[in-house]
Amino acid sequence: MRIGVVTFPGSLDDRDAARAVRLAGAEAVGLWHGDADLHGVDAVVLPGGFSYGDYLRCGAIARFAPVMGPLVDAANGGLPVLGVCNGFQVLCESHLLPGALVRNDHRKFVCRDQPLSIERTDTPWTSAYVPGERVVVPLKNGEGGFVADERTLDELEGEGRVVARYVGENPNGSYRAIAGISNAAGNVVGLMPHPEHAIEPLFGPDPRSGTGGLDGLRFFTSVVEGLVSA
Amino acid sequence: MGRVVVEVMLKPEILDPQGQAVLNALPRLGFDGFSSVRQGKRFELSVDGEVTDAVLAQVREAAATLLSNPVIEDVVAVERVG
Repeated sequence: MRIGVVTFPGSLDDRDAARAVRLAGAEAVGLWHGDADLHGVDAVVLPGGFSYGDYLRCGAIARFAPVMGPLVDAANGGLPVLGVCNGFQVLCESHLLPGALVRNDHRKFVCRDQPLSIERTDTPWTSAYVPGERVVVPLKNGEGGFVADERTLDELEGEGRVVARYVGENPNGSYRAIAGISNAAGNVVGLMPHPEHAIEPLFGPDPRSGTGGLDGLRFFTSVVEGLVSA
Repeated sequence: MGRVVVEVMLKPEILDPQGQAVLNALPRLGFDGFSSVRQGKRFELSVDGEVTDAVLAQVREAAATLLSNPVIEDVVAVERVG
């Protein structure tokens, strides 16, 4: 079981994502932005950070990195792909996911333990959750407001493609409190909060959130279990 | 040397927090009476030769694919300058 983690210039969370992959029981394979080869991995994580300094628009330049060519083809062919934060922005800019992510409506960077409701659990990244399950993982973003036109939003809701929604106060002005979505097939998932930061005791969200701080790990065990049984 | 200017604006229905911050700062400096500010982007692309129609066509395509994200932005101008 080999899961690729892409590093772009400016990626920050690639190490954490690789660690999450290992703790979930898979081998983490580093994929380099300039290498147009997925090296036969079984799934890919696009990590958070500020690829290319967020120049032009978040994710806009990463979209044209050599590694994205085979990645877009493989994603369209069913390869499980998870984009977290900047990775979500890259997936939107690549048109693998609809909509876009814009500056938080309150203009400030937000960093907090974020309650979420997991709404879609038939994706390779969320199968270990229960529909409607409430989890808490870190959220940290400056441009995390999910926007799309009304028709696209209705389509996402109608097709059950809202993977996760913010619970309580909307942290960044995302339309309909959307924290994560999937493509129509479900194999490509974009998520603004960071499950890879909630995978080990003492390092995840404050235990007072009542979650044990491990709520993010199942994004990674989901895909590992799915690949093993496939 | 020829130059092409491309201007990109957020679509009217997309919230522009930066424009709002500028709007809120204006009256603090005594600039009153403005009801809205929208902030956009201006790109200046230079070529060694003249700006031919072929160059303009390329710039239009770049504007639609890279310089703007059609989900949230409109290309409002592609103009030959000088």
